[in-house]
Amino acid sequence: MRESIIMKIHYGSALAAVGLVAVHILMRLTQGYAESLEYANVIRNYHFLPYAGMLEIILILLSIHGFIGLRVILLELKQGRIYEKVISYSCFIAMIGLITYGTRTIIMVNMG
Amino acid sequence: MTQIPGLAEEHTSTPLSSSQSITLRIAKYNPVHDTEKKFMEFNIPYEKWTTVLEAILEVKKHFDHSVAVRFSCRQATCGSCGMIINGKPRLACFTKISELNSNIITVEPMNNFPIIRDLAVKFERLFDTHHKVKPYIIRDDTEITSDTKEFLQSPEELEQYIQFSNCIKCGLCNSACPTMATDSSFVGPQALAQAYRYVADSRDKGKDTRLKIIDESHGIWRCHFAGSCSQVCPKGVDPAMGIQLLRGYMLGFKS
Amino acid sequence: MTNNSENKKGIGGMIDPRRYGIERIAYLLMRLSGLGLLVYFIAHIYETSKILQGQFGWNEMIASTQTTHGHIILAIIIGMCVFHTVNGIRVMLGHGGVGVGTPTRPDYPYSPASQNIKHKIGIYSAIILAAIAMMYGLAVMFGELK
Repeated sequence: MRESIIMKIHYGSALAAVGLVAVHILMRLTQGYAESLEYANVIRNYHFLPYAGMLEIILILLSIHGFIGLRVILLELKQGRIYEKVISYSCFIAMIGLITYGTRTIIMVNMG
Repeated sequence: MTQIPGLAEEHTSTPLSSSQSITLRIAKYNPVHDTEKKFMEFNIPYEKWTTVLEAILEVKKHFDHSVAVRFSCRQATCGSCGMIINGKPRLACFTKISELNSNIITVEPMNNFPIIRDLAVKFERLFDTHHKVKPYIIRDDTEITSDTKEFLQSPEELEQYIQFSNCIKCGLCNSACPTMATDSSFVGPQALAQAYRYVADSRDKGKDTRLKIIDESHGIWRCHFAGSCSQVCPKGVDPAMGIQLLRGYMLGFKS
Repeated sequence: MTNNSENKKGIGGMIDPRRYGIERIAYLLMRLSGLGLLVYFIAHIYETSKILQGQFGWNEMIASTQTTHGHIILAIIIGMCVFHTVNGIRVMLGHGGVGVGTPTRPDYPYSPASQNIKHKIGIYSAIILAAIAMMYGLAVMFGELK
């Protein structure tokens, strides 16, 4: 993939995540911080499909943004064809892993 | 560290006989047999107009002939005497001792350039990256084949790039760049600013070619707009501006 | 750390914020906050997965994070998040060529147009907003605000 496309995804995911993360944090504040973290409240949030969907989108956007950012930093630290390929693929795999792990939580709580 | 007191017997044609003096610390390093830099200290008299280059040449003349330094025009035009002066990349001929406000002046070779010896560094990589971005007008109809033999340009079109054509390839921007401190493959602010200089030139038709060259994993995207390059440029080129304007084309802000 | 063959300062040179003004400090803070937020994000995904262990697992996780140290760490995360967001928008606009000035014939003494007051205000705003958010976060977490 061309570097410009990767960086456009990096910027785009950041911009999209800003609004959604703000909603996620406001949900904690509008419900009262301590109350919003109570087990029943959290389960209710996960069962509310639009909110669970929003969490999934945040998970995907921040994973993409975070691991592209990490890749950028690591590519600048050291150079070499093999190193760069290892970093790029490792970041991609880690991103997929984190999305999978988070999605599993969202789906399992939402379904059950 | 070696302290060499007093002046040698030799007379200089332009004597520096001021009552003011500074300690000039010069980094000595020969990659052939040294493992790390050593600093030699010299007590140098100065006038308010004395430049760091003149002080170094005073050392060469009276104290240590072996100090390696590259210089030529002495008027910030040739871009030869770039070095780290008191921690910041500067042209030695363009930096007066009196404006540094310090009694100790430390001069070191520029960072991010391989050292030849002492203060002299290799410029091969800078010239390679400069060449990589095709620093010349690209178009299908060259002067040789065109009937008109000249490409007219309005003053407004000239303003778009004239600032960036002031680059003297001194390398100070590459030396100050935080990405270049770790990334040996980064094309660097000097070459990127020159890419913009030609992309913004109304006579040039090589925009797509150049944007493709710099759109790689160690190209323009490794610039994070820290702006250190622009702060050290001795000619007011402002590479950071050129790079961001160039990136504007790639992000669709400019066409 | 100097790589003698290339005379590079390495990570030390990259993170050194001295001598180049607030823009270089913002560059460093952007990197540090980005890394910090990624670590927190991974930890957050892990901690929220504790809900799969039922009420006991969730309450245990909440109890382990709702400590003075936990609150302070979360306040730092809030600060990093706000700084990274505000400064990130500034940097993104800059990357698009917005607010970096227009090319002109430079006059001595040269003052780079790209390092202009708009961007400096952007950086200081990011720092101030991050500090305010941290204080608000601490007030909420320590129960001063409902």
